[in-house]
Amino acid sequence: MVQPTSKSSDSSQGPATADTQATTPGSVSRRGALKTLVLGASSLAATGTLPGLGGYVQAQSAAPIRIGFQVHRTGIGAAYGRWYDRTSRAAVAKINAEGGINGRPVELIAEDDGTDPKRGAEVVEKFVNRHHCDVGFGTLFSHVVIGSSPRAGELKLPYFVVSEGHHVASGKLNRYTLQPGITDVRSQVQAMAPFVSSTLGKKVTMLYSDFAFGHDHRDFFTDAIAAQGGEVIATIPIPPTETAFTKYFPKIPRSTEVIYHVLVGPAVLTFVKEMGEFFGPSSPAIFGFIDSLEAVDIASPGLEFLEGSHFWEGHPRYAQADQSEYDKAYRKAVGVDENGASVSDSRDVSTYAHMFGCWETLHVIKAGMQACDYQGPADRAKLVEAVESIDKMPHSMEHPQGAKIFNGKTHQVFGHQYISKVEQSRLNLVHTTSIEDTFYPDEVDYTTRTL
Amino acid sequence: MEFGPHLILALLEGSVTAAVLALTAAGLAIVFGMLRVVNVAHGEFFMLGAVFAWFVTSGLSELANVPPAPAFLCALIVAPIATGAVAALADRLVLSRIGYDPERTIVATIGLLYVLQQLTLMTYGPEARPVEAPFNTRIALPWFEQGSDGWALYWPWGFGTTSYKLFVIGAAAGLLIILWLLLRHTRLGLVMRATQQDRDMASAFGIRVNRVYAMVFGLGAALAALGAVLVVPIQQAHYLMGGDPLLMSFIVVIIGGLGSVAGTVVAAIMIGLADGVVSVFFSATLAKIIATIAVALVLVFRPHGLFGRRSA
Repeated sequence: MVQPTSKSSDSSQGPATADTQATTPGSVSRRGALKTLVLGASSLAATGTLPGLGGYVQAQSAAPIRIGFQVHRTGIGAAYGRWYDRTSRAAVAKINAEGGINGRPVELIAEDDGTDPKRGAEVVEKFVNRHHCDVGFGTLFSHVVIGSSPRAGELKLPYFVVSEGHHVASGKLNRYTLQPGITDVRSQVQAMAPFVSSTLGKKVTMLYSDFAFGHDHRDFFTDAIAAQGGEVIATIPIPPTETAFTKYFPKIPRSTEVIYHVLVGPAVLTFVKEMGEFFGPSSPAIFGFIDSLEAVDIASPGLEFLEGSHFWEGHPRYAQADQSEYDKAYRKAVGVDENGASVSDSRDVSTYAHMFGCWETLHVIKAGMQACDYQGPADRAKLVEAVESIDKMPHSMEHPQGAKIFNGKTHQVFGHQYISKVEQSRLNLVHTTSIEDTFYPDEVDYTTRTL
Repeated sequence: MEFGPHLILALLEGSVTAAVLALTAAGLAIVFGMLRVVNVAHGEFFMLGAVFAWFVTSGLSELANVPPAPAFLCALIVAPIATGAVAALADRLVLSRIGYDPERTIVATIGLLYVLQQLTLMTYGPEARPVEAPFNTRIALPWFEQGSDGWALYWPWGFGTTSYKLFVIGAAAGLLIILWLLLRHTRLGLVMRATQQDRDMASAFGIRVNRVYAMVFGLGAALAALGAVLVVPIQQAHYLMGGDPLLMSFIVVIIGGLGSVAGTVVAAIMIGLADGVVSVFFSATLAKIIATIAVALVLVFRPHGLFGRRSA
């Protein structure tokens, strides 16, 4: 399948620049390639990204590394899918511009899963049997992850999800499913509870999407707020395909001090608008996960009532005053302006709080493949072990959202969480949690399972 | 929330559902009544109406800085006409060529459903986009309670509606009256009814039957689009939004009596209000379950529907 070749691709290690231009591999001279390989190996050793890596060998093949990209191009996850796609392509362009992985270019093989679990499993099968992909990557919606992961485990396809759901760390999935690029709901809500109870109120009513992702919110926030002396006084599940929401609001108890909302699906703007219309001027404090407004302009008409309310953000949508150079370069690479919208269309708002996960996961795949000297599908098990042995991920061009710590036993990454306040229709960062705030005891040790 | 305000809120929500449903289902009923076509793509015409409304309003406000109210009025006229034109074209290109054969039209309209849905996805995209309401003030409603000094009015928390929702109810009622007048008291309505009763005789009297069929199919789609334009400032335009109205329209048309426009409107009001009350007090899923069971019961005990004629 893979042809041996003497050619390698260009590699430029140095301060990582966000270059969206992919270079065509195989166009450099042998001498130049060797030189850059030596440079690359020495700079990798110097930065310590790959401890104990002795043999950064020359590539055995110039055939591309094929990453199966399971993308929600259609269905209720389509808005996320579009931005996951743009972010992933920008990351792959950057990786290729820097010499690819183990001297081989990277190719994304995108397949639409329709945000549907059944189709998700079929897509995973296609990655292995038809496209001969090296790994699978990119799934967001938790029901699709839960539907697809067992098939990836059976086919022994390393399956890197960017989903936020707690299903990876809960032990429900398998050794081949990893979430190294985005934190999970359990750690997110746990880190939010102290802020909610100390700043906003103790009696919380939760409105959440009625599927695995929302249930994680319900279960873990209920425990986390209780630990802070607060209480969830009502839980109101809403189907993710719902289009009218006023009928749910009368169930909010009068004694509610804080509304906690986390909704996904195409009708999130309607949800937030109708919530404003329901409460009028006498609303309780509102704390939302930005999921309820991902890909939606905060300045949309009807959202004025959100002024002063708080949001969890995985990655601040608006460029903050103390924006890091990595965030700046990452925005430029993906094509996002400082308001979190597309540079070519200011109405095309991104899913900024989530899509960094694609960028970071692709860089983790690269690091893992380099650490185990990945050559082809026969090395898939080695790749899983290599990723499991990753520990610290410093704030860098590879991890523009912030520093992270990966737990190889639970296959889950942990990182900073952000709380922003709506001020003049803009999200301003008011609180950043520590990574330690998001830790919880391991629920599984995947490394004890067979590969 | 107390029972009284809660119930009124449920009825208000149900009325909005009923108003939009009545328009949409009336379109389905007309098409079935005259052409005997079970139009599975009806929900997609609803969706097209919403999407055209978005194109018209956002285009006008962007290119010519037209304020929301006139832009919406424009959408209310343009979107149904454009949707009707698409439907009439589909009738000419597809349905007329398979001779309105009942089985084949079902398959053809399923195909049409996917074509329209995917074309929208390819052009308009996967986002849910908002259309700004022409006016939208929140109206807080008062309630009364017996205090120490007799009955007093007060404003319960969350008890209110918006001026736009009231407008939707009124506009739908007005449009249905216009539809009735059109079918009963115009030459166009006469021609349509004549064609329905006896196609060959109508043809013998010089009526261009094919043209009438295309017009009826277009009118049915335009009614769905009208419902969508009214609801799109409350919900949003999205390429998958046609599924729910299709299911609900079928439920309403079957309960009301296939092809009976009056029965359809009555059934829409019943189902809409029941949906509002059940989903506010219990759950939205239960409301759908009840509506579906109602269809099953009607099919078993009154197969011609509550208001349909036995021959229908």
